[in-house]
Amino acid sequence: MGLTIADLNKGERGIITDSSSKDIPLKLLEMGCLPGNEVKLLQVAPFSDPLYLNINDSFLAIRKETAALILIDRVDE
Amino acid sequence: MSKQIKVALIGNPNTGKTSVFNALTGLKQKVGNYPGVTVDKKEGICKLSRGVKAYILDLPGTYSLNASSVDENVVIELLLNKNDKDFPDVAVVVTDVENLKRNLLLFTQIKDLKIPTILVINMSDVMSRKGISLDIPALEAQLQTKIALVSTRKNKGIALLKSLIEDYKSLAITACIDTSSIDSAYFERLQKAFPNQDVYKLWLVITQDVNFGTVARRTLDVSKFQTKSITELKRLQQKEAIKRYQFINGVLKVGQVIDRTKAKDLRSKLDRVLTHKVGGYFIFFAILLLIFQAIYDWATVPMDLIDTTFASLAEWIKKALPNGGMLTDLLAEGIVSGIGGVVIFIPQIAFLFLFISILEESGYMSRVVFLMDRIMRRFGISGKSVVPLISGTACAIPAVMATRNIENWKERLITILVIPFTTCAARLPVYLIIIALVIPEGHFLGFNYQALTLMLLYLIGFAMAILSAYVLDRVMKTERKTFFVVEMPNYKFPLLKNVAITVIEKTKTFVLEAGKIILAISIILWVMASFGPGEKFNNAEAIVSQESPDILEVDLQDKIAAYRLEHSYIGIVGKTIEPLIKPLGYDWKIGIGLVASFAAREVFVGTLATIYSVGSASENEGIDTIKTKMSNERYSDGSKVFTFASGISLLLFYAFAMQCMSTLAIVKRETKSWKWPIIQLFSMSIIAYLFALVAFQILK
Repeated sequence: MGLTIADLNKGERGIITDSSSKDIPLKLLEMGCLPGNEVKLLQVAPFSDPLYLNINDSFLAIRKETAALILIDRVDE
Repeated sequence: MSKQIKVALIGNPNTGKTSVFNALTGLKQKVGNYPGVTVDKKEGICKLSRGVKAYILDLPGTYSLNASSVDENVVIELLLNKNDKDFPDVAVVVTDVENLKRNLLLFTQIKDLKIPTILVINMSDVMSRKGISLDIPALEAQLQTKIALVSTRKNKGIALLKSLIEDYKSLAITACIDTSSIDSAYFERLQKAFPNQDVYKLWLVITQDVNFGTVARRTLDVSKFQTKSITELKRLQQKEAIKRYQFINGVLKVGQVIDRTKAKDLRSKLDRVLTHKVGGYFIFFAILLLIFQAIYDWATVPMDLIDTTFASLAEWIKKALPNGGMLTDLLAEGIVSGIGGVVIFIPQIAFLFLFISILEESGYMSRVVFLMDRIMRRFGISGKSVVPLISGTACAIPAVMATRNIENWKERLITILVIPFTTCAARLPVYLIIIALVIPEGHFLGFNYQALTLMLLYLIGFAMAILSAYVLDRVMKTERKTFFVVEMPNYKFPLLKNVAITVIEKTKTFVLEAGKIILAISIILWVMASFGPGEKFNNAEAIVSQESPDILEVDLQDKIAAYRLEHSYIGIVGKTIEPLIKPLGYDWKIGIGLVASFAAREVFVGTLATIYSVGSASENEGIDTIKTKMSNERYSDGSKVFTFASGISLLLFYAFAMQCMSTLAIVKRETKSWKWPIIQLFSMSIIAYLFALVAFQILK
């Protein structure tokens, strides 16, 4: 398995490459969690879970276990 | 032309849909229920020109037409059923200018159902601040719709929206996307199987089962058409989402320009503070403390006013109406003191709803969900349970209903079961009066002792709730499929109008609902206290004067009244349960209050008010306020009834006991079985009894 959103550090960005795992809720896809879209890790909650993200200009929080299913390419600043 | 237009307001959560609804309907709105489900149905009327009326239905917020909760399912059910009496003539999709891209996804889905659709782009007042500019004519052409650029905050665009609603017949009913292109062979077969149906509608019905199990009010049976596995369907749904975003990106490329250098970034600045690993919790608790301080200290001024008003009202009734008449007594002692017992808590309940709605409106609640999720998960519930639990501090009924957006059934059930432990507004009257009686005045670090006690009671309730959740999580072994996607909305300054409407509506409902029960119980109690069986009640005067012949006239009257109460019907009930509650430090009068409280907690204070004013025959001093009466209440040996020990015991009993018939009824409706409310009733009452017992035995 490659790099996922769960591997990002606070403030880092990535481009989603695959979000087709069947355990990713449809709602997340509909909020823009789709291949080609950018994701940025904005904030990490205490105990490093959940993660506060900006995906495709949507601001949302998901749990680490879900984030670990979404493959990305890291974008270097 | 039809004189009535049915309008459905649809939109993602946090788009200001309710503000648009309020702007269109003002206070001409009512809240009902959808048949079969307990989702709130908000309707209102909006007057258009030339006597045309628009019936506006404010549908629950949803991110898409693929439901993942009961609330969202209502929207799909309605839009799929052309025969529903609420099926709209025109749909108004509300979007937030800052989240246009995501919000448009739902718009394209509604449009594809070929319902006339108007697009509202709300919160247009922030556009320049965020560096957003829109080309409305271009967007209208691309989306084949009419657009109202609205700012409910600045009250702009509502007139335009009204005129668009009036002209709904001129709207184009063309689809945005050809969904069948995601798998043309499959869609062709689907169309062949149901030649008379719209293929997109069929697709929605099929995929609904994948996401949300049952479609209850199904009008279309597609069960025979199952040629794809769930995984395949999910893959197709992803393709559909991608296709929709391709379309939306194309539209926005033409119609929207965002200059991010102009954007002022309030969100990240506030988030850095409010979701900070340590500071975030500190702020959250500081806000909670502020709320309790407000409820306790600031609300006392209007409360004292109400208290004295009702006391003098009862006195006036006694003077103005024929002396000693049955009706006069019923009015002054039963009804007025009963109602006074409810009205007095309006200031505090209003304060509570005020704070909760401000926290919701401002977007802060989502940050609480974010902060609390990891901690809550250890107890078998999620961050999403925090909002219902906090709402539970107002009233368990809306709180139980607020659990509907928790997608996971086990988490939702646990949340429902533990909500009644949180301190609802109905406990407040009981807490306040007992605290005032047994906790001394004084300050600690600037905070009132009594306020701190109140805060402690709230914390105890909350701790008990999560502790029970933990136990339930261990006991209930079900497969756990968690689902946690929470939108973090922009911070907004709460709209005064929205907050005011919420506070008025909620307080009114609470007072009316509670008021009805309290009034009925007050009358029953008065009757039970004014009549009794046999010699001892009816000949009280003779018996008492025989027993103590040398007593003063005033004391004699008191003694007779007390003797009579003891042998009235209610006295008999209280006396019967006295052995059971004696170990908790209560006398039979409190016992009567407890019995009455099993219908609703807030009845307690009103009940004691009724009992004590019935019990005191001395009229010369006027009608005492309930507090003074309670603190003067003594056992026959002269010791006080309300001591520190019995007070704390009573507080704990009310903190944990399940004493609300309405909550039990709503839990039954939401869980669709009597099993859970019955478990709730018994386990909570046993816990309450044990805690009260231990507390009294240690402290006495």
